[in-house]
Amino acid sequence: MRIAVDKSGPFTHAPTSVSRTMTLVLAALLPATLYDIWLFGWPAALMFLVTVLSCVGLEAMCLYLSKRPVGPTLADGSAVLTGWLLAMSMPPWAPWWVCFVAAVFAICLAKHAFGGLGQNVFNPAMVGRIAVLVSFPLQMTTFVRPAPLGSAGSPGLIDSIGIIFGHSAMLDSLSAASALGYIKTELSRGIPVSQSILTAPDLTSLALGTHAGSFGETSAFLILLGGLFLIAKRVISWHIPVAVMGTLFLLGTVFSAINPDRFTPGTFQLLSGATILGAFFIATDYVTSPVSKSGQLVYGFGIGFLTWVIRTFAGYPEGMAFAVLLMNALTPIIDHHIRPRAFGRTRKGEPLPLNRGNK
Amino acid sequence: MKLFPIKGGIHPEYRKELTSEKPIVALPIPSVLYLPVQQHMGAAASTVVKVGDVVLKGQMLARGQGVVSAPVHAPTSGKIVEIAEMTAPHPSGLPMLTIVLEADGKDQWADLPAPIADPFAESTQVIRARVGESGIVGLGGATFPSAVKLGLGDKNKLEILLLNGAECEPYLTCDDRVMREYAAEVIDGARIMAHALGAPQVVIAIEDNKPQATEAMRKAASAQPNVTIVGVPVQYPMGAERHLTQAVTGRETPARKLTADVGVVVHNVATARAIHHAVRFGRPLLSRVVTVSGHGIKEPKNIEVPLGTPINDLLGFCGGINGQIKRLVSGGPMMGQPIVDTAVPVVKGTSGVLALTGDEVNERPTQPCIRCGTCVSICPCGLVPVEMAALIRNERLEEAAAIGLQDCVSCGSCSYICPSYVPLVHYFNYAKGRLNALDRERRKTEQTKALVEARNARLERVAQAKRDAAARAKAQSQNSDVNKADA
Repeated sequence: MRIAVDKSGPFTHAPTSVSRTMTLVLAALLPATLYDIWLFGWPAALMFLVTVLSCVGLEAMCLYLSKRPVGPTLADGSAVLTGWLLAMSMPPWAPWWVCFVAAVFAICLAKHAFGGLGQNVFNPAMVGRIAVLVSFPLQMTTFVRPAPLGSAGSPGLIDSIGIIFGHSAMLDSLSAASALGYIKTELSRGIPVSQSILTAPDLTSLALGTHAGSFGETSAFLILLGGLFLIAKRVISWHIPVAVMGTLFLLGTVFSAINPDRFTPGTFQLLSGATILGAFFIATDYVTSPVSKSGQLVYGFGIGFLTWVIRTFAGYPEGMAFAVLLMNALTPIIDHHIRPRAFGRTRKGEPLPLNRGNK
Repeated sequence: MKLFPIKGGIHPEYRKELTSEKPIVALPIPSVLYLPVQQHMGAAASTVVKVGDVVLKGQMLARGQGVVSAPVHAPTSGKIVEIAEMTAPHPSGLPMLTIVLEADGKDQWADLPAPIADPFAESTQVIRARVGESGIVGLGGATFPSAVKLGLGDKNKLEILLLNGAECEPYLTCDDRVMREYAAEVIDGARIMAHALGAPQVVIAIEDNKPQATEAMRKAASAQPNVTIVGVPVQYPMGAERHLTQAVTGRETPARKLTADVGVVVHNVATARAIHHAVRFGRPLLSRVVTVSGHGIKEPKNIEVPLGTPINDLLGFCGGINGQIKRLVSGGPMMGQPIVDTAVPVVKGTSGVLALTGDEVNERPTQPCIRCGTCVSICPCGLVPVEMAALIRNERLEEAAAIGLQDCVSCGSCSYICPSYVPLVHYFNYAKGRLNALDRERRKTEQTKALVEARNARLERVAQAKRDAAARAKAQSQNSDVNKADA
């Protein structure tokens, strides 16, 4: 019997796959997502659906236009994940067209213009978010106070369709600032942080998400659980989340100790805004982060540092998305300069010195 | 004994239970044996028999050529019926000179070299000569001539002979069974090797998934104070020479050096047993234990197989192939080679013959790399497979070499773990082969250039000499003219 040989070994393979990885990430996001839908009601559910479906639809279109197999590629789950993360970063009641435009930027520009899955330099979800944030600042910073499904403040399905697909005055009346935005505004009015933080949502509220903010960033606790699940499943490693959060916490704590009127404390930095979501789910995006563990530490530190700088000194209250994109740009450089130490070699790549065993 | 961690690695499904409890059985001598003249690393052996010769069991058929080579012996008595180019047991399927021996069924021994009564009283040279003439090569699969490796004590001060019983490849249980059933022979062989190497200490490393083998070896070594049995963690590729050395001694072999440079020489357990046979009984290497396994095999077995036995005979002995198989592999599934033709023979490096079903192989179409970095974190050599593969795909081979391609041991961990099913090792093997070919070409060009330059220089010298001679002749004739004029 003759057998054609078309590849070298190994002739066994771990039961891994891209879609398994994506599914695990989606599973990790599910509890927080369901909780957020409950928290922000029907409009949030519609916003979420619009964003995810836009991403999937646009992915299908791009694949079709580039004459690549549509079905099998969609099955890898990456478009769903991009859409999901994008939705998590949007205001819960964002209008449909803002979501759609964000999806166009995320899928068509950030992902497919670069060559599709694995080729993009920038995190697609963050490109989508930033594009609409700078284009439609009003819609992107109009947050609502949580009103759980079934409660008096929660709109019904019909009203919700109006909020997302039409124009509703309801949104204006319900709008509130996010914790980070509130502190920033107060500071600009000359009210020191040490004072405004007392009236901002407290840490428990930040952890449980019972305050205004983007759809996915308010329930820090459930996001954290999801992130720990991913680490336990070895989908991600601790390096990036710990570096991001550690840097933010350290900078916050140190500077708040120096000048509590100007700087927010470390705990607030950790629990407010997109810190946890960003550290575990955004910054850890495989494609746009360095491949080596030491490189990931540098990358995580950079994101933490830039986020703190933007939050503290720049015009925008939240800087996670900008920080991620800036560090994405540095990823190829980090990968080039920071490699693991090869067996039998020094960090510089020279063979280890021989210091024993010679006659 | 204190162990040291090794970086990276994987935990594949081992599936050793298919054959781990099957005692070694001897294969009846096949009617025809096919013996390639190259079953080892180094130069091919040259035949010393001709068609029609009647040979006895253990008689040399082909002599080793040069320093790194090994002879080939007749595994049984019979007649040489053909010496011709035949498909080699190599993935290329290219032909190789093969001696065909028709067994006469008598299995009659030739006159063997006399047993070495007290090997510990003999010099290194005597032991090495015996090992060399017995055709023994590394039986773990590397097939490097053992006599050469036993000479490492000449240049280096060795402290440890590390006997490799890790058997980290999935499916394979041949070393496990050898250690369980022939522990005393392995220990004796190891002690002889340590003596030849001048290494005071023998450490036998066995992965923790072989408790019976560890137990049997401990028992057999109990009377030997300088022999230690050590259990090492189950972690592929624990059995890689440099990694095992690091795990057991903590010494990291520098790149482009040998483990001998850090005082350790690694040999396989089955090699130790073969050396025991050669030294104590004068028996050359005529057979080896092969694990025939995989879900595609009806009755998986561990078999003592005469070298040269066609794979077909081996499969037949195991009840044949069971249903649809996806891959037929020689060796383990991680580093083994695909078998191109079931007519090829078992050679010295054949540790296993695996018939693997689609479920076991789990091959899927390659998807785009998502840069998950798993290949980087599991690479036991500390390389960046994703980057090397990307460079190789664009034929930027020199750049791939610059970031460590030649440090890759082709263990296959990256390919195994890749969620996008990128055949990383396939790229690396391609690039290594291509770079080697380029290097050979370059050396050939340089050689040609040097020869051409030498020739030109020589012609120039000749021409110059002629010119000088002509000038001298002219000067002389002018002188004589002047003389004439004077006269």
